[in-house]
Amino acid sequence: MVIKQNNDTLFAPLHPDKKIADEIQRPSLSVWKDTLLSVLKNKLALVGFFLLAAIVFLAIFGPSMVPYSPSGQDLTKTNLAPSSAHWFGTDNLGRDMWVRSWYGARVSLIIGIVAAIIDLILGLIVGGVSGYMAGRGKKGDRIDSVLMRIVEVLYGIPYLLIVILLMVIMEPGITAIIIALSITGWVGMARIIRGQILQLKSQEYVQAAEKMGTSHTKIITKHLLPNTMGIIIVNLTFTIPTAIFAESFLSFLGLGVQAPFASWGTMANDALGVILSGQWWRLFFPGFLISLTMFAFNVFGDGIQDALDPK
Amino acid sequence: MYILKRILTMILTIWVIVTLTFVMMKFIPGDPFASDADVLPPEVLENMRAQYNLDKPVAVQYALYLKGLASFDLGPSIESRTRTVNDIIKSGFPPSAFLGLQSLVIALFFGLLLGIIAALYHNRFLDYISMIIAIIGISIPSFILAPLLIKVFSVDLRIFPVATWGTWMHTVLPSIALASMPLAVVARFMRSSMIEVMNANYIRTADAKGLSTAGIVIKHGIRNAILPVVSFIGPLFVSLITGTFVIEKIFAIPGIGRYFVDSIFNRDYPVIMGTTIFFSVILVFTLFLIDISYRLIDPRISLTSKEG
Repeated sequence: MVIKQNNDTLFAPLHPDKKIADEIQRPSLSVWKDTLLSVLKNKLALVGFFLLAAIVFLAIFGPSMVPYSPSGQDLTKTNLAPSSAHWFGTDNLGRDMWVRSWYGARVSLIIGIVAAIIDLILGLIVGGVSGYMAGRGKKGDRIDSVLMRIVEVLYGIPYLLIVILLMVIMEPGITAIIIALSITGWVGMARIIRGQILQLKSQEYVQAAEKMGTSHTKIITKHLLPNTMGIIIVNLTFTIPTAIFAESFLSFLGLGVQAPFASWGTMANDALGVILSGQWWRLFFPGFLISLTMFAFNVFGDGIQDALDPK
Repeated sequence: MYILKRILTMILTIWVIVTLTFVMMKFIPGDPFASDADVLPPEVLENMRAQYNLDKPVAVQYALYLKGLASFDLGPSIESRTRTVNDIIKSGFPPSAFLGLQSLVIALFFGLLLGIIAALYHNRFLDYISMIIAIIGISIPSFILAPLLIKVFSVDLRIFPVATWGTWMHTVLPSIALASMPLAVVARFMRSSMIEVMNANYIRTADAKGLSTAGIVIKHGIRNAILPVVSFIGPLFVSLITGTFVIEKIFAIPGIGRYFVDSIFNRDYPVIMGTTIFFSVILVFTLFLIDISYRLIDPRISLTSKEG
């Protein structure tokens, strides 16, 4: 009674006629809108995003801006420095470096994205099944432990070593690189997804859904997968540059994309012999583009990670 | 119990690697004697195949190879007829090991230093400088950095020799090129770990007690922040070893990495297998040691607990 009186005299409502007490000040945002806003506030991540957009744009339209083909040789115009005719100069066979650089970008982006998607699908299946089945009776535990033994053994195998061996066996090319990278690459993703699923499964809302008789598929698609999306996206922004790096590494060693196709790695390798003779553009452009792509993916990935996990 | 389980997994991993490599070798298109087939009579070729057990059924070859492995005999090389794979590894190991260890020390020392500085000056000028160095280190692959270093320090400034192996001066540029990426990763890792630790309550307590800043940073900050970095030495080691493939090629260093790459192009099966297995065993064993020592260093992680 006393309290009520105090309320009436000391704490009068600001707007007695408007009932806005329950109104939330900040509009409620979905996780994704929140993430987007937070990435937009991170300037370095934005720089990364625009660099990536520019690289993708030039990979698509760059080659058609000039009248040359990536493997078209012109032996009267070898080793030309960058000029208005050849923006990035030419190589020792008179091929235009601008066109070759952006064909290289296509190769890198395709390999990076496709390898990452395959890693994701395999990782989701193995990690998801393993994490979901763990603790579900004897049979479930057995499935989990068999899958995890496989993952554990594969995880101990040095990644690039096996990729190099696979490249030796297969006919070199883009498909071979993607297959070689995917065979070993999914293991990390599977481990992460399994860990996440195990953690989510013990949450009250999942257990509640289970007790109420929700079907397995519905729990997986409605509760478990959407909540793993964050960690999956963060991981994707790091597996794509890893695959791009692996491609240029293999091509540099001569095990990746084969002549006459262009790749940043092969272009850098071709330039090794001429760095002493001052043809800086032969090494600079492929090297700069690899580094720029790695930089863009890394800062963009960092931004997304900070946004999804603001700890 | 945990250690025993880890040892069993380790042996299983090595066996899988050996078998995988063996199977893959059998699938490699091309014949190591292809270049000899035109000049040598078929009987001689037959004898040479017999010498490398290539005339026997695959299962027998596999059994013979496993038997050799058990006594640490990796077999003869096909390309250089007078040397065995053991000889090649013996002569290639010292340069590779020296290069790898020197790079590891550089990466850890400067990486930790950069990370600690960045964390202590969080969101200030020195932090930004350190992180810019780190992100450049992560972005530039070693095979791009190495030619750049040669161009600047060997060709233009003439401080270091261009390539090959010999004096300590020869090791400087390859070590820097090899260390750059791991250094950057360590720096970023250490920075975030250190920032987290420096915000912990016990640091504030130590500060309130009146301990000196240096004492807090060294005794409480770094000691706690460095633990997660220890678990990172494994992947670091992996990237160093694969890095040697390109670095030893660029600098013409007679290490195992270069023999490995050369043997692939020469289709020299025993050398490919031998070096792959050698690398894998070193890696798997290092990962094992790091895992165990990490659990010994940090009393909060029990050796018996199952990994999640």
